[in-house]
Amino acid sequence: MKNNNILEIHKLSKIYHTSKSEIPAIKDLDLNIKEGEFVAIVGPSGCGKTTLLSILCGLEDYSSGSIIFPKKELTMGYMLQTDTLFPWLNILDNCLLGLKVKNNINIESITKVKELLETYGLKDFIYKYPSNLSGGMKQRVALIRTLAIDPDIILLDEPFSALDYQTRLAVSDDVWKIIKKEKKTTIMITHDIAEAVSMADRVIVLTDRPSKVKCEYQINMKDKSTPMHNRNLIEFKQYYDKIWKDIDIHV
Amino acid sequence: MYSPEHINYLKKKRRRKILIFFFQILILLSIIIVWELLAKYEIINPFISSSPSRILSTIINLYKTHNIFNHIWTTIYETIISFGLGTIIGLLIATILWWNNFIYKVIDPYLTIINSLPKVAIGPIIIIYFGANIKSIIIMALLISVIVTIITVYNGFIETDHNKINLLKSFKATKYQIFKMVILPSSYPTIISSLKINISMTLIGVIMGEFLVSKKGIGYLITYGSQVFNLNLVMSGIIILMIVSYLMYLIVSLLEKILIKKD
Repeated sequence: MKNNNILEIHKLSKIYHTSKSEIPAIKDLDLNIKEGEFVAIVGPSGCGKTTLLSILCGLEDYSSGSIIFPKKELTMGYMLQTDTLFPWLNILDNCLLGLKVKNNINIESITKVKELLETYGLKDFIYKYPSNLSGGMKQRVALIRTLAIDPDIILLDEPFSALDYQTRLAVSDDVWKIIKKEKKTTIMITHDIAEAVSMADRVIVLTDRPSKVKCEYQINMKDKSTPMHNRNLIEFKQYYDKIWKDIDIHV
Repeated sequence: MYSPEHINYLKKKRRRKILIFFFQILILLSIIIVWELLAKYEIINPFISSSPSRILSTIINLYKTHNIFNHIWTTIYETIISFGLGTIIGLLIATILWWNNFIYKVIDPYLTIINSLPKVAIGPIIIIYFGANIKSIIIMALLISVIVTIITVYNGFIETDHNKINLLKSFKATKYQIFKMVILPSSYPTIISSLKINISMTLIGVIMGEFLVSKKGIGYLITYGSQVFNLNLVMSGIIILMIVSYLMYLIVSLLEKILIKKD
């Protein structure tokens, strides 16, 4: 059987060392990602979800295991919990940051970024500063900044957790639409089960620390559409309940 | 255009501002007048306390006979040189310490010790090594300002938002790029506030240096005045120094407004 995995993680382990003890954050984690897929990873808080993303985009080393790109070396676009826009740069320069780091600034790339900003409703804000933008808009700018380097995989680290509930629903819908339109493979980590089920094609549930994959769900809904729409489907509730039981949150 | 309530609010705000300014001036005038009267009727000894009119005539006299601007300029010149050097050296060392945490850990206790040492204590050594001249004054002032600059700026550097650094790292930025694109711009406010502290620190160093060695400058005027028991000269020196230090502070504040975009 031919698979179209673009990322394969085998027996990945990560141990944190402090002078008092060593903390295994991830142990023997296996995960495959297919091209064009939207995968959500959920798990109890502090289970090493962020560690996994940090490893994937090269911010941290891993202790053992392997990360394989079967097709080609992939570029990762990391979108963090907070928007982390630089307040001293205008919106355009913020979006050009990644290209600037990679010494890839030219008329072509600037035009491309400007087009992205225009397409996603930020035309009037290109030369404004982040303080002039609402929380949702900042998040959209952060996404465009990530898209600007044309990554093969977008890594979303609780991208909406800094937003209030109403905005959060709207922005997750917004981000989902942009990602689908740009046809990007996406890995999103979140602690919000509803967010995971409504947005993802596949939901991975991690165990408590040291985390590995507990189970996974292919999200099949009969009438599947945008996240906002999916939240009203019957299957949504069923998936939600199953995953809730898997995570087994005790207070 | 505005509602009556808003006009009323603006009026109140302006009146408050005027009132504050009025009392500020009132305090200054009362000090001058009371001082002058007390000295005039010899309730306090004008020989020791001097008086505003005597200070004024001393300054005018200084202006006519000795070149007063020469003294002021000497002090300003020494301050600018030490301030500039202190800032550049401080920034440079802070950068090195940020760049290499190992070096920072090694010299950290030494920094703390040198910082807590009252620098006047090494004044005599400086004079012996560098001679009774402007060099000693500048080194004195430099010593006082540079350590504080290093510590403040370094702390500014390491307090940079970690997420911003991670973001650049995810773009595979080099250390130099991280420094140039995040660390430095996000530390501007800290750097400016350290400059503000620095200008007064440097002035302290310069005046101290002038007390010890010089033949020129405001500090010299003050020590010379005290040696010949001319309190008018001492007071004049202090007044001139107040004006000079306030002006320098204003210049740095102006720089702050230009450099930091307020949003």
